[in-house]
Amino acid sequence: MSPEKMVMMANQIATFFETQPGNDGPEKVAAHINDFWEPRMRAQLLEHVEAGGAGLKPLVVDAVAHIRAPA
Amino acid sequence: MKDFVIPDDRDMGTPAKTGAPVTLTIDGFPVTVPEGTSVMRAAAEAGIAVPKLCATDSLEAFGSCRLCVVEIEGRRGTPASCTTPVAEGMAVHTQSSKVKKIRKGVMELYVSDHPLDCLTCSANGDCELQDMAGMVGLRDVRYTPGENHYDPSGTGARSQAEARLRLPGGEANPRYIRKDESNPYFTYDPSKCIVCSRCVRACEEVQGTFALTIEGRGFESRVKAGMEGDDFLSSDCVSCGACVQACPTATLQEKSVAEMGTPERSVVTTCAYCGVGCSFKAELNGDELVRMVPWKHGKANRGHSCVKGRFAYGYASHPDRILNPMIRDSIEEPWREVSWEEALDFAADRMRGIQERHGRKSVGVITSSRCTNEETYLVQKLTRAVFGNNNTDTCARVCHSPTGYGLGQTFGTSAGTQDFDSVEKMDVAVVIGANPTDGHPVFASRMKRRLREGAKLIVIDPRRIDLFEGPHVKAAHHLPLRPGTNVAVVTALAHVIVTEGLYDEAFIRERCDWDEFQAYAEFVSDRRHAPESTALLTGVNAQDLRAAARLYATGGNGAIYYGLGVTEHSQGSTTVMGLANLAMLTGNIGREGVGVNPLRGQNNVQGSCDMGSFPHELPGYRHVKGAEVREIFETAWGVEIDPEPGLRIPNMLDAAVDGSFKGLYCQGEDILQSDPDTKHVAAGLAAMDCVIVHDLFLNETANYAHVFLPGSSFLEKNGTFTNAERRINRVRKVMEPRNGYEDWEVTQLLANAMGGGWSYTHPREIMAEIAATTPSFAGVTYELLEEVGSVQWPCNEEHPVGTPLMHVDGFMRGKGRFLFTEYVATDEKTGPRFPLLLTTGRILSQYNVGAQTRRTANSIWHDEDVLEIHPHDAENRGVTDGDWVKLASRSGETALRARITERMSPGVVYTTFHHPGTQANVVTTDFSDWATNCPEYKVTAVQVSPSNGPTDWQEGYEAQAERARRILPAAE
Repeated sequence: MSPEKMVMMANQIATFFETQPGNDGPEKVAAHINDFWEPRMRAQLLEHVEAGGAGLKPLVVDAVAHIRAPA
Repeated sequence: MKDFVIPDDRDMGTPAKTGAPVTLTIDGFPVTVPEGTSVMRAAAEAGIAVPKLCATDSLEAFGSCRLCVVEIEGRRGTPASCTTPVAEGMAVHTQSSKVKKIRKGVMELYVSDHPLDCLTCSANGDCELQDMAGMVGLRDVRYTPGENHYDPSGTGARSQAEARLRLPGGEANPRYIRKDESNPYFTYDPSKCIVCSRCVRACEEVQGTFALTIEGRGFESRVKAGMEGDDFLSSDCVSCGACVQACPTATLQEKSVAEMGTPERSVVTTCAYCGVGCSFKAELNGDELVRMVPWKHGKANRGHSCVKGRFAYGYASHPDRILNPMIRDSIEEPWREVSWEEALDFAADRMRGIQERHGRKSVGVITSSRCTNEETYLVQKLTRAVFGNNNTDTCARVCHSPTGYGLGQTFGTSAGTQDFDSVEKMDVAVVIGANPTDGHPVFASRMKRRLREGAKLIVIDPRRIDLFEGPHVKAAHHLPLRPGTNVAVVTALAHVIVTEGLYDEAFIRERCDWDEFQAYAEFVSDRRHAPESTALLTGVNAQDLRAAARLYATGGNGAIYYGLGVTEHSQGSTTVMGLANLAMLTGNIGREGVGVNPLRGQNNVQGSCDMGSFPHELPGYRHVKGAEVREIFETAWGVEIDPEPGLRIPNMLDAAVDGSFKGLYCQGEDILQSDPDTKHVAAGLAAMDCVIVHDLFLNETANYAHVFLPGSSFLEKNGTFTNAERRINRVRKVMEPRNGYEDWEVTQLLANAMGGGWSYTHPREIMAEIAATTPSFAGVTYELLEEVGSVQWPCNEEHPVGTPLMHVDGFMRGKGRFLFTEYVATDEKTGPRFPLLLTTGRILSQYNVGAQTRRTANSIWHDEDVLEIHPHDAENRGVTDGDWVKLASRSGETALRARITERMSPGVVYTTFHHPGTQANVVTTDFSDWATNCPEYKVTAVQVSPSNGPTDWQEGYEAQAERARRILPAAE
């Protein structure tokens, strides 16, 4: 998918979890992405972060550590 | 053939009552019935039928025909048994010489103004007037012909046949009114009317439309549709069929019966249109379907129907239906009709070839919310067990996936909390983002009935939907919000409930986590959520919103009903959570009359979700990451299951454009027409090497397909549908599949062509596998469904005959969970180029992409999609009613005719997506719900401008579609 669309989808998820109480935002964002994003989508996200993560909200970048890398 | 014993279908005369037992005798036989029951019904309970004409058990007693008179010991006169309630110790005589004489006299009068054409009458054999004349022993009519309504010739003929002989082609009787044939499905023949008012009362009591009245007085009394000058078609009649059902004579008669004769056998089955899931009797002669009649024992519809289920079944025998498999190497070629074997081998080779070249995950399936549970289960099994991946999705993705996520997070399971009967106990209905009179008409009728009894209604919708104001129904509040601001409105409602102390503390303490609630209360109490703060944004008056919140919180049983106006937004899931919060705050959950009720779009949306159609969930909403869940299916299927979630529909299309997704088996869904951003869908489909479409018709998606597998209609297969109230209803085969196979067999053939090794011989075996693997279906068997008719899941050891109400003693997840619902504006914003907001939806007579209803006479009500626009917006653009206008967004543009209406708010326009020629979805965008990728159909920034006709894109599309539908003549 286009990088813009992928960035937008990731940011939408982060936007929801930013509003939730607690300090575990990155874990929650990562859990959502692990549960619902097919491996090639996760791979694209991880590559995008690797390449600088342009356009991504900080919460998405923070979540990356908890996102399962596709096998 | 008929594998289901129809329970007592007798007409008991008057509706059932509930009350303390009362014992009386009827003709000496003792009978005990609930207090309030009529003598007529008590007699019927005792097995004694009292003659009747104006009474029927779907309507309150009326007491007009005087045929049902009885004698009661110790009472004077001959009371009508339909209007006389039972009393303890009453002794009733139904066959005294006095009442028999009265009845004969009454019948003689009726028949004196009725043509004696019984043998050639369309109701011959199905006429209560005929039955009653026989029952009372009428043997002669002593009156000489005089003033009457039936004889066109005015010559004193006894029958219309005789009148035609006497005055061929002529009419000389001013009282004679010709048959009204304007409705495509039934006729109104005033000459056969006995003015029993059953039709008028059915239109009022059952349907709630009030389209019919009795015009005139005494001998002049006539049934009349609409106003002076109206016929049935031009009146408010919605063609639900309730009047036809109620009519005891041939006055209101299905045209199909007039044409084909009275049916001689019937099979109870389930409608394949919307998520209400009405039960019908399919009435047939041989394998020819004569009519569909709503079944009075159907627990979803209680004997009512709408124009779609009742009449719009002709698509199943439409000449457009494709009955032979077809293949082609590329979509540029015409189709070639081939044998099933050749088509399946072709499909299997292509799919396996793709997987060899592009990997296991390069193919997938789309299950159908139109098909049965068993078929859906097999399609997801095909991808999980045979393709070896989790690339399965269903059209629920684009409608109610946020319901799954939102209710799952808050309550613990993805399902409506109530049964439809619950509406009868509701005191305040909140209808948000739903248009039940069009989308779920039979449920709307049940709701309107309750509203006429005094329940209150709050409508939250940009449009003034029909439910807002109608005969004897007017919403207490309308919150006409700007599309895209649902979360702000729902959170503001919660703000009012919390800050004004209207929440149910005892409920929250017992059923939810109190600490979590306190954090939530603090969040929602913030000034930014106050209706005064959000009014400018939402367009909703703060005082109205406060009043609505108070009413919902304090007005008794509060029930929320919602539709796709809630889910199809970038914050769809958040709004669902917000609605769940409202129900928990006010304790409106876990009993009759309350709850959070998603109105499901299609017949089996609930079922297709239950059956594991989503790429992250195995049947029963269990995530594929769970090793213990995978193990259940790995053991049952003998394969290893991928622990990673698969692609959702929009992801499949993206991956197709990227080149990593190449093959798709799409059963009973038309993603090209129904999914947003048509150009993107087309690009995705065009990029695939093998698209297998399994459908009744060459739908729009089939323009991009390489294999076409003909499908069977709901009349041609066995299975089950699960409706919006989680009710599992049987679908019964009433005729052999015209394409040769039931749909589940087609999927099995494809699986086996790819080495699946499946050997199901009947859908009951598939259900047995579902029950064995899925706890909420553990107790479901075809035997149980035969026995009890239908069950609502969970159906298991704990709930052996199902669960009408959920979360009664506790939430499925344990404690109910309050989630913060912060409003976030969608990125789809109006601006100088696209200053209006488009929202899309559907109307009563057409269904979804219209593949079925466009192939019926329903098109008489809606033969094209039109753009509804407020007069102010129209005037600004120089648009007048009926003009062609161009509708453009950043995704694309299309042209259609405008309809100017004040139902719309200024700044908002609306259209339907029933016609491929319009392709409303060429305009909608690929924005979607944050949690589930459910498309944001309900908010698109658009511009409207005058136009001369279809756009270049529309013309190009049509040409492509025509080319893609060519079929080579069959080889000799």
